[in-house]
Amino acid sequence: MIWSDAIFMMPEIVLTIAASLLLLAPVAGFRESEWSAKWATLFVIAVTAGSVLACSWAVSDMTPSAMLNGMFALDSFAVFFKLLFCAIMALIVLLSDDFLAESRYSPWEYYSLIAFALLGMMFMVSGLNLIAIWIGLELMSLSSYILAGFYKNELKSTEAAMKYFVLGAVSSAILLYGLSLIYGVCGSLNLFKVAAAMSTIVSNDALMFGIMLLGAGLCFKIAAAPFHVWTPDVYEGAPTPITAFLSTGSKAAAFAIFARIFYVALHDFQLDWSNVLATIAALSMVLGNLAAITQDNVKRMLAYSSIAHAGYVLLGIIALNNTGLRGILVYSLVYVFANLGIWATVLMLRRHEYAGERVDDFEGLHRRAPFFAFAMVIFLLSLGGIPPTAGFIGKYFLFAAAVQSGFGWLAVIAVLMSAVSMFYYLRLVVAMYLREGRDADVAITSPLRFVAAVCLIVTLALGIWPAPLVDGAGVSSRAIAVASNVGR
Amino acid sequence: MGILNIITYLPLVGALLILFFVPKDKPGAIRWMATAFALADFLASIYLWTGFDAKATGKNIFQFRFVTDWIPSLGVKYDFGVDGIAILLILMTTLMGLIAIISSFSAIDHRQKEYYVLLLLLQTGMIGTFCALDFFLFYVFWEIMLVPMYFIIGIWGGPRKLYAAIKFFLYTLAGSVLMLLSILGLYFFNSTGIPFLGIKGLGNAATFSVLQFHNIGHLIPADLQFWLFLGFFFGFAIKVPMFPFHTWLPDAHVEAPTAGSIILAAVLLKMGTYGFVRFALPILPDGTKQWLPWVVGLSIIGIIYGALVSLVQKDMKKLVAYSSVSHLGFVMLGMFALNPMGMRGSVLQMINHGISTGALFLLVGIIYERRHTRMIAEYGGLAKQMPMYAALFLIAALSSMGLPALNGFIGEFTILLGAANRSLVWASLASIGIVLGAAYLLWLYQRVFWGPLDNPANRAVRDVNRRELGLMVALIVCMVWIGVYPKPFFDMIEEPVNYVIAKVNGPAAHTLEAAK
Repeated sequence: MIWSDAIFMMPEIVLTIAASLLLLAPVAGFRESEWSAKWATLFVIAVTAGSVLACSWAVSDMTPSAMLNGMFALDSFAVFFKLLFCAIMALIVLLSDDFLAESRYSPWEYYSLIAFALLGMMFMVSGLNLIAIWIGLELMSLSSYILAGFYKNELKSTEAAMKYFVLGAVSSAILLYGLSLIYGVCGSLNLFKVAAAMSTIVSNDALMFGIMLLGAGLCFKIAAAPFHVWTPDVYEGAPTPITAFLSTGSKAAAFAIFARIFYVALHDFQLDWSNVLATIAALSMVLGNLAAITQDNVKRMLAYSSIAHAGYVLLGIIALNNTGLRGILVYSLVYVFANLGIWATVLMLRRHEYAGERVDDFEGLHRRAPFFAFAMVIFLLSLGGIPPTAGFIGKYFLFAAAVQSGFGWLAVIAVLMSAVSMFYYLRLVVAMYLREGRDADVAITSPLRFVAAVCLIVTLALGIWPAPLVDGAGVSSRAIAVASNVGR
Repeated sequence: MGILNIITYLPLVGALLILFFVPKDKPGAIRWMATAFALADFLASIYLWTGFDAKATGKNIFQFRFVTDWIPSLGVKYDFGVDGIAILLILMTTLMGLIAIISSFSAIDHRQKEYYVLLLLLQTGMIGTFCALDFFLFYVFWEIMLVPMYFIIGIWGGPRKLYAAIKFFLYTLAGSVLMLLSILGLYFFNSTGIPFLGIKGLGNAATFSVLQFHNIGHLIPADLQFWLFLGFFFGFAIKVPMFPFHTWLPDAHVEAPTAGSIILAAVLLKMGTYGFVRFALPILPDGTKQWLPWVVGLSIIGIIYGALVSLVQKDMKKLVAYSSVSHLGFVMLGMFALNPMGMRGSVLQMINHGISTGALFLLVGIIYERRHTRMIAEYGGLAKQMPMYAALFLIAALSSMGLPALNGFIGEFTILLGAANRSLVWASLASIGIVLGAAYLLWLYQRVFWGPLDNPANRAVRDVNRRELGLMVALIVCMVWIGVYPKPFFDMIEEPVNYVIAKVNGPAAHTLEAAK
């Protein structure tokens, strides 16, 4: 490592130090000061985001900028996702605020785990080497296992963490086994070298097996069927802000590495894996949406809907064209903001640790909290892909990618399933606006209002004026588009 | 700025002003504001009509163009422009929008603020759909319409409103997402092609421009047209609604409040037929011909089935709803005769159906407000109690069944001429529908208005008041005008129809094999 290389990794270095300091803060006598924990974390995230911007500006003329022998890159793709992760984590911190105030657990530990999860996510989207990606993924996963079980005395939370940990560890092992097979055949773990090696290999059982294991491991992380079984239980059991994190940050990070690995390293093998992934995508969309219809618990409903959304994003990976690549970026962003807004509303309904989670709890919300109810409608329409919300732009890209790449049957399933998804999204709208009688129980706090307002503005503004997002995604995906020959 | 933008967004401005500046405990102010904006919009659309040049031909039929970039990297433009067909539909939309708002004054007694805001939002969506000449923009407006209508049925509807609202939403959405796929297919065919399927694109700059698609229609391989037309067919046929996709319609109509039914019948159903005449036919001439027997068959089934089902209804509103299935079957039949006569009748009949059926729904709403029932059996002898109402109802019913000197006759007669020109079998089957139409409407009239006034509940019913009379007179003026002197309307649609016919009957498409 040369010192001038350090600038590529400066945001991660800053964040590592800051996250460790957050962990040490209680020792230094800040244990009682919960208020400062939140602001310290927000400050850390802001500094990290600032350093991402500063470093990306400093290295802008050095793309593809790889350091540490091609381990790590600060390309535009990574910058896009790093900034997105910083935004997600800042909003998660705001969502966690009064959840932590009610519990008796140390906020410092919680926030430092959040910071470490962010570090893992930022590391993995920059990884150009399969092991580097895997290390980042593990750092993120280990932090989220602990966070999922943060209600140490709640049976549900502990159970969720245990399930998540056991299944997550198995999937990580499967992923690692796949990587080792790919290494055995290709002789390298660097994505570009793997791609170069693969272009000379005609067909190889060990390699195919390795790719399938890699795909299975990644599908577990994005919760695509049939690797989805952990999702509803973990989403339901985890503390709600952590569920929000799992359904947005952790998923977006997994989408990012999924895209990077398949676009950069495996594009020559598309014919071998695209049909398998297409089946997985179809299965996720059908199963996720149909299962969500029957759920009465909002967290479980959103868990199944997130399975379906993983299926939509897979369209962008299967398509292997520029539209699909941009679609993954656009969709990750619009999905994250719509979802975080919904979680803010769910948290607002929470009076006790697990209340406010049933669809009935939303009844009459339009009278008690008109702003949240309206925002919620917009978020749900965005998830369903109805214009003029940002969700439509995201869906447009993914459907267009599927049509362009000739997966017409998959596109038909996808669009019909997105119509089906409106059925259960509208159940919440029905509860909020159309059912009279009950009045929802609400506890509106200013951080929640802030989160909902930010998400609402993003969702509506990017739906009505999507050009900046579309152009930004085009610029951000260029590094990968060049590497995988999907320039147009 | 553009007059079309003003007409489209005036209701939106009104909705936002009401939303933010009028408190919800002042229903009078809300109603006044909503009416003022709807009236201003109607006047603006009349101004649009007077400024329109009906003589223009070819591409110039699209006037008042307003084009600007929206999403440049995808080739999406904000492209507004109207031809004679769109202007007539916009005129009808603004008129029916105004009538719907005024008709709700006494019918809607709770959550009034949200109600008028949603009605105005709906109007923006509808007008935008008629103005859009960019497919992406069109799709956005098309979907925007769904949400306000969903709420209008779901909040202010009848006993089964939740079921009806969700059914309306999901049916229409399922059709429109399939249409989206066809739009994408056109988009890629025009630009990069779909290499994976061996479909070579034309290599043009990426665009969603409808006029560009009109130009490349004959270049699209026939096999591809077959599938693209199917996607459009689902999108539009569900909206029309054609048999057998009509099942959402009776539910939505019966449960919706009166104003919702008026807008639904007058404008929303026309979205489907407008979609066929503006997009599916001129862009996919070969697909049109491949699917023609099916579409015509379903139209004729719709005409007869809708009329037969109307005949046995016990609920007045349901009867009118099923009569829409029958009438829109006529519209589809005239259009798919693919000759100028049939298509002119078809376009005029869109307007006629909006006016006549809108009037019938308004009248059913008036009596429902007084008696809170729509069951035909509850009534009888109403002509004695409500003479004015009976007279208005008679005119609306006669107009709907196509009595000469009223608007329905002109439309149906022209459609039948066009259809007969193509095939006498079609025309004779369709004329069964006219006979049945007279039967169910006259029988309805007989049961409700004639006979003894034997239900005591009907003895205290007031006749129409001045507000209701005013609304009906406005509609009756339109009926008589179109019925007696339809020339201005035919002049408006002459060139647009010629344009569409020229596209449909243009050069034949190649097969996919030949295009490779």
